[in-house]
Amino acid sequence: MSSRVDAPRLAVDVGPDDHVRGPAVAAVTLVEYGDYECPYCGAAYPIVKDIERILGDDLRSVFRNFPLTEVHPRAFQAAEAAESAAAQGRFWEMHERLFENQKDLDEKSLLSYARTLALDVERVQADLDDHTHEARITADFLGGVRSGVNGTPTFFINGVRHDGSYDLDTLLGALRGAAALPVTPSRAESA
Amino acid sequence: MILAFYPADWSPVCGDQMALYNEVLSEFQRHGSEIVGISVDGAWCHRAFSEDRNLHFPLLSDFEPKGEVSRQYGVYDYAAGESKRALFVLDGGGVIRWSYVSPIDVNPGADGILTALESIAVPVPQ
Repeated sequence: MSSRVDAPRLAVDVGPDDHVRGPAVAAVTLVEYGDYECPYCGAAYPIVKDIERILGDDLRSVFRNFPLTEVHPRAFQAAEAAESAAAQGRFWEMHERLFENQKDLDEKSLLSYARTLALDVERVQADLDDHTHEARITADFLGGVRSGVNGTPTFFINGVRHDGSYDLDTLLGALRGAAALPVTPSRAESA
Repeated sequence: MILAFYPADWSPVCGDQMALYNEVLSEFQRHGSEIVGISVDGAWCHRAFSEDRNLHFPLLSDFEPKGEVSRQYGVYDYAAGESKRALFVLDGGGVIRWSYVSPIDVNPGADGILTALESIAVPVPQ
């Protein structure tokens, strides 16, 4: 499925405003469009972490917001908290807190995560109150729509939508294929 | 007007096709367009699904005679007894200006619809 030649492509290239882990010169780039309240994204989260660990510097990993606000009423504010943390240079730490605590995404919890991360909590509170990062999240979402994001999570590998499963072996295999890296069984690696 | 035929309510994924269109509704409206979902599910099933997913656009029930509208559009799956996953964009005169039949297991997303709307409609000023 992932090899379909007509699979949609990213409409918005990875740029300086993106949340990126891994080197810009990495052999392969994984872009995830996700929603902090989506249980499928929650299930994908440890898989992506495993992949980041296994591929190391061969991988550039990017996360973009795709909150489905009608089915996940807390997803947007959670994304605002992550963007607020990003404004203080701590996006990925907040990102991990959110996915590791998907059931607790109310405002009080979001602020407690900010406190735990030693962020300026008043500033986070102000960002949530003023919706400081709303435009950026909406831009992520609309860029995703124009890229063919059709649900959450949706992955793009080197700019091409990955329509296959996102279990560890499938996603890792697709990434290695795109990067032309040697394919070895991941069972031992993931142990 | 956008017609979105789909196989069945209660797709087991977040952000299924109808949930996605629900989020993109304002973009469709910005192009002066409305969307309706169509499946062979009954009206009561649609109501429950719509309430569960907070859908803000109508779901039409192609229930009796079963699949009749889907057949007329040529997007009925006789083996499954369901509509195919198919999109039609109609202009103000009711003429089909764009259509797409997606593989049944692939949610076609909204990009094709937006591109079609851009090609036929002038955006409504904000």
